[in-house]
Amino acid sequence: MTVAVNPTQTGEPVFYLADEHPHPEGYSTSLGFWIYLMSDCLIFAILFATFGVLGGNYAAGPAPKDLFELPLVAVNTSMLLLSSITYGFAMLTMQQNKIAQTQMWLAITGLFGAAFIGIELSEFAHMIHEGATPQRSAFLSAFFTLVGTHGLHVSCGLIWLVTLMVQVWKFGLIEANRRRLMCLSMFWHFLDVVWIGVFTFVYLLGVLR
Amino acid sequence: MNTDTHAAHADDHHHGDGHAHGSFSTYMLGFVLSVVLTAIPFWLVMSGALPSKQITALVIMAFAVVQIVVHMIYFLHMNTTSENGWSMMALIFTIVMVVIALSGSLWVMNHLNSNMMPIHQMTGMK
Repeated sequence: MTVAVNPTQTGEPVFYLADEHPHPEGYSTSLGFWIYLMSDCLIFAILFATFGVLGGNYAAGPAPKDLFELPLVAVNTSMLLLSSITYGFAMLTMQQNKIAQTQMWLAITGLFGAAFIGIELSEFAHMIHEGATPQRSAFLSAFFTLVGTHGLHVSCGLIWLVTLMVQVWKFGLIEANRRRLMCLSMFWHFLDVVWIGVFTFVYLLGVLR
Repeated sequence: MNTDTHAAHADDHHHGDGHAHGSFSTYMLGFVLSVVLTAIPFWLVMSGALPSKQITALVIMAFAVVQIVVHMIYFLHMNTTSENGWSMMALIFTIVMVVIALSGSLWVMNHLNSNMMPIHQMTGMK
């Protein structure tokens, strides 16, 4: 069996790519960021599995039926869904080099995201006020960990969004900013995908239980 | 390499990535599908339209899976060719891991629960 090698001028075999061709800056960013999202997906998978195992252990405390208000969850879901489509519009206007419109859509996305976090925090505050704290039962520990981790991700996304708006305001739609906006777009839509799992498996199936 | 593919490559790099981009119509189509796929499960649970809870549970889980696929295609622009197929490979690997982690955890822990000796039997064994 022969091994393909690149013989150098001295005749020594070389077992690596001798002519490493240069890549433009940010060439592998989108694939790298996608792999990060996939690893984040595994974190959520483990939290979903934990909730699936512990979700029925109420310890004689409140059950999902007593706690969850589905109309509020529906409003929250629509906030996140609307923020996804407005981020899509931001990406479309970015491709047309319209800075002002891109900034406007990013701002609207941020407002919807902030509304989502606001509603979620008020829901948490209401639950804790009623004594449904994370310490109350295994179900509530798993609930707050899963939904709280998602909320933390959205909060980080909001900070990132504001940072990028400042970047675009200062430097315009330069190549680096386009790449960053593209990464945040993937992050934002990914969080919406995770939320589909949350509202289905935690809220809807919880109330059905 | 002919000039055609070269131009396509240069265009790709101009956008800063090898990803597919959506258009206004694909974003709107994804949004409308998502709204419908979200509204129906909420309505099913809130109105109790289906006779049994098991059927409702199965139906809303099916809706969730379909909506995740819709988001992947219309918002995350997933396809088999982006990044020479590596993003699809990473996705398939992740799905396999997620399925193993979820089904394995639920299966094992459910068996553990059902094999635990009930408390009233333990007190009777004294």
